[in-house]
Amino acid sequence: MSAETGPRVDQADLAAAGEVRQETMIINMGPQHPSTHGVLRLLLELDGEEVVSCQPIVGYLHTGIEKNCEYRTWQQGVTYVTRADYLSPFFNELAYCLAAERLLGIEAPLRARVIRVLVSELNRVASHLVWLATGGMELGAISMMLYGFREREMLLDVFEAITGLRMNHAYIRIGGVVMDLPPGAEQRIRDLVPMLRGRIKEYEDILAQNPIWVDRNRGIGYLEADEALAFGVTGPMLRAAGVARDVRRDEPYCDYETYEFDVVTGREGDCYARFEVRVEEMKQSLRIVEQCLDRLEPGPVMVEDPKVRWPGQLEVGPDGIGNSNRYIAHIMEGSMEALIHHFKMVTEGVSVPAGEVYQPVEGPRGELGMYVVSDGGHKPYRVKIRDPSFANLQAVPSMVAGGLVADVIAVVASVDPVMGGVDR
Amino acid sequence: MITGELVDRVRTRHPDLVVARDEATVVVDRSELLDALRELRDDPELALDFLSSITATDWPGRDPRFWVSYELSSIEHRHRLRVKVGLSEEDPHAPTVTGLFPTADWYERETYDFYGIVFDGHPDLRRILLPDGWEGYPLRKTEELGGVDTRFKGAFMPPVDRRTT
Repeated sequence: MSAETGPRVDQADLAAAGEVRQETMIINMGPQHPSTHGVLRLLLELDGEEVVSCQPIVGYLHTGIEKNCEYRTWQQGVTYVTRADYLSPFFNELAYCLAAERLLGIEAPLRARVIRVLVSELNRVASHLVWLATGGMELGAISMMLYGFREREMLLDVFEAITGLRMNHAYIRIGGVVMDLPPGAEQRIRDLVPMLRGRIKEYEDILAQNPIWVDRNRGIGYLEADEALAFGVTGPMLRAAGVARDVRRDEPYCDYETYEFDVVTGREGDCYARFEVRVEEMKQSLRIVEQCLDRLEPGPVMVEDPKVRWPGQLEVGPDGIGNSNRYIAHIMEGSMEALIHHFKMVTEGVSVPAGEVYQPVEGPRGELGMYVVSDGGHKPYRVKIRDPSFANLQAVPSMVAGGLVADVIAVVASVDPVMGGVDR
Repeated sequence: MITGELVDRVRTRHPDLVVARDEATVVVDRSELLDALRELRDDPELALDFLSSITATDWPGRDPRFWVSYELSSIEHRHRLRVKVGLSEEDPHAPTVTGLFPTADWYERETYDFYGIVFDGHPDLRRILLPDGWEGYPLRKTEELGGVDTRFKGAFMPPVDRRTT
């Protein structure tokens, strides 16, 4: 940058002389950068502090989940897709299982559907808490990071009690959920909800009354509704721009049409509106969680069809979910037919009629869709994950262009991309 | 979600509309793709103005070998429609729809990356998720799982099933 090192020249004089400064600087933000949410790389063209253009570069976390799914049985696919967007594992599992169930023409039992909604909404709160924590940290609110992760950990403890794992649960399976809620889980969640509600209110107050937080977010990263739709943006980002699009309401699954909740929308379409929308969404999710708890009636959590349901009797062990010892004894010593059936279901799995479906669910970041194709075999022919972060990231260049480089941080934080989902 | 009005309305232009599992699908020729998508988008009664996703499937040995599918939905009417285009093995080219739906940019790059389908007229058709120098199109059925060498500490390691030690 010779202009800085040389003698100071008045810009007006330069312009008058026909010599406008043309140099811009290209810098890489990421892929290893604490403020880019994983391995997102932004190629920024800067004119001083001003962003001239921005190019997001993705792919550093590509793990070939879609290809892997084609080589595994239908049930095994659950364990792959859950790892895509690792902050919303239940949603990935749910979309995949709903798609497979539609191809099979079956529906999960009532209790399983309620449990699915229950864990999904808790997951939404956990995901939004991570966004609040990391977003706060990136703009200097370090205490928010500590609080957010603390509360998220409480939710992950609940997930661990239910599924055996903090993340990547593989809990929602084709035909229902893998096993019923453990004793005491309902009460535990019931106790957690008022506490979370109070904490979320506190965080809202901490940030909404913090002048730095407000200044760094208000009026930053505008995205108008038309532009958002053109870029395929969904979820809180789109709702913050005033479009009340929510798959739970528009194309209900798992009986969402019977739950009472508000589709939260903002008006401004800036980073601050996204903050408000997400905070309000957490409260709505807690509302749905309470309705789920009231609805839970005893009943099966998996379809009865032996050609679909997993043959084993599973229980949570020290390292996740596994076969119970009682069941192992049954198939190894008790019943030859049970052993044959178990072997067939484990190695070959469920056979799914040929066809294709696109199943959207409303994930924490927007429309999470699974386009699943079967050729009638025991493995998916194609599993395409339409991850909301992938589309949302495309809007970043237009949101940061013309702004300051420091605002790029606020904008990316408000997009809340999860690279595991973007790169799959 | 589909509605009767959607089906009737689309059928007037695309009589071969298929409804299965509450989803409507139309197949169009690639030369008509842009006109068809524009019509579906701009017709106020359909208003299929939101493109959720573009992807492809590979059926080696069949003609057409590739099917590119476009998942359309309507913000206003809350219905969905899938548009599919078949492409032959020798000529896997389709016109870009980035002019109609800017979100198609990355989806077309991804489909190109994984299937080698070329979207003519795309402003920046490069690989997106795989490294720039990658050879082959890994989601094609002819490509095996894990069938590439992995660079590790300067040397290349063969895939697991081809390692000798």
